[in-house]
Amino acid sequence: MSFRMLFPQSMLWSVVAVFSLACCSCGQSSDTARSQLVLTGSSTVAPLAAEIGKRFEKLHPGVRVDVQTGGSSRGIADARRDLADIGMASRDLKPNENDLLSFTIARDGICVIVHQENPIASLTDQQIIAIYTGDIENWKDVGGPDAEITVVNKAEGRSTLELFLHYFKMENADIQADVVIGDNEQGIKTVAGNVNAIGYVSIGAAEYDAAHGVGIKLLPLGGVAASIENVRSGEFPLARPLNLVMKSEPQGLAKEFIEFARSRDVHDIVEEQYFVPLAD
Amino acid sequence: MSHSRTDAVLVGTLRACALLTGTLVLFIVLFLLVESAPALRQVGVARFVSDTAWRPSGGAQRGQFNLLPMIVATTLATAGALFLATPLGIGSAVFAHFYAPRGLGRLFGKIIELLAGIPSVVYGLWGLVVLAPLVASWQPPGTSLLSAILVLTIMITPTIALVAGATFDNLPRSYLQAAAALGLSRWRTVGGVILPAARSGLFTAVLLGSGRAIGETMAVLMVAGNVVQTPHSLFQPVRTLTANIALEMAYAMGDHRAALFDSGLVLMAMIALLVGIAEVLSKGRIYG
Repeated sequence: MSFRMLFPQSMLWSVVAVFSLACCSCGQSSDTARSQLVLTGSSTVAPLAAEIGKRFEKLHPGVRVDVQTGGSSRGIADARRDLADIGMASRDLKPNENDLLSFTIARDGICVIVHQENPIASLTDQQIIAIYTGDIENWKDVGGPDAEITVVNKAEGRSTLELFLHYFKMENADIQADVVIGDNEQGIKTVAGNVNAIGYVSIGAAEYDAAHGVGIKLLPLGGVAASIENVRSGEFPLARPLNLVMKSEPQGLAKEFIEFARSRDVHDIVEEQYFVPLAD
Repeated sequence: MSHSRTDAVLVGTLRACALLTGTLVLFIVLFLLVESAPALRQVGVARFVSDTAWRPSGGAQRGQFNLLPMIVATTLATAGALFLATPLGIGSAVFAHFYAPRGLGRLFGKIIELLAGIPSVVYGLWGLVVLAPLVASWQPPGTSLLSAILVLTIMITPTIALVAGATFDNLPRSYLQAAAALGLSRWRTVGGVILPAARSGLFTAVLLGSGRAIGETMAVLMVAGNVVQTPHSLFQPVRTLTANIALEMAYAMGDHRAALFDSGLVLMAMIALLVGIAEVLSKGRIYG
């Protein structure tokens, strides 16, 4: 756990990428250039793509998959300008981006969680916003017991935070947090250990832990139950697709990689990173 | 002939070891400086103490970079832990060495060694699932400066106790014998002979403990709450410099990333200050 927090794959990978770049520049031949795939874009997709890339490299000796982050916009721009073989974006394509093709490799959903013993069955979007901005500070104002709410927020830079803020149209500066956490597990343990806490984490992690006896409760959002099933079907509102983006119909190595990334063979990697694999 | 050759090889090896250790530290400092330079240049040193908040992901122009609350939090957590752990650690070492029956003292020593060897993430996990909820049932939200101080205390007490114990072991037996010959009571022996004679060792013990407390990351990250603010009470959540780096480094880019290296630089400066203070103090009083 500590290792993953301090050295996530994306960072390790960027180190590898730098070294591989250095190697390429000193002795590049046309052969190595053809067997290299460059992916750039969303920092949410990057760790997933890097892990998938590692497995892809194992299956295709001699192939290098180079993953670089820089945000979804960079992924789109690089794919469009041919600076990368494949772009990565953690959102749907916008109408003005319909010159590109997108391939969903997984979905990412987050849900609001409270302690198991919390009598609250659901919260409206307005109530959640009010709780996070500090307008509501006591559970009794939303129909719960008379107790102060402990607001659990994510650390700056996390994609879960961005998705949460984006959905509720809040700024991180508006949030009045009592606890700031790093990864999903820490968030779940913090909420499980505090009867009055409210937090939000990846649905994959929350559903797994709740099913294995950890004392948390997943709240529905907009009347839709928070479950991996509903994220997969696209019904759950607080979710987004993780996409690979190409300028033209993929061919050769890129085609193989995209097919591999959408196949059953990588479902374990997808689940490991608390994302929701595609139905097959 | 062969003697001097062995010596020469040994001296060479030792010199290489020393050189490597020394340059390693210099390289780390250099690396920190190089990595943090973009933020120092774009943001400027002043803004690291004068900005209104810590919101680094906005970049050099729109972001805010105040490190002061985290420096305060690190200092308070370390000072609090030292305040509790110093008497606990030294007291338990005195007990084990001079008061406890031989068997009990030895058992106690083993337990302390075990405590010192437990990985910090285990302390953190324990703090998160046991200590923080306990504090929360008294003063919510539980993850707070107090929890951080308590976990750090438990972590550095064995360090202090072990080094203090080793110091007591190394005192000349003649001191004890002389004290016994003078008919001093056990308390007079400890207070008047042992502790003054062990001063420098005890000081080292506290110094090692404080170094560990300042640098501790995982355990503090899990129990401190990590809200960037200058605490007004023990029950408020705080974020330390180390937790700041661990929390945000994974996803930081550009100026944000460089600003985190500045956190590291400040941390390095705090440690250097600590070592400097120790140096000055030890010249003045310890070996007097």
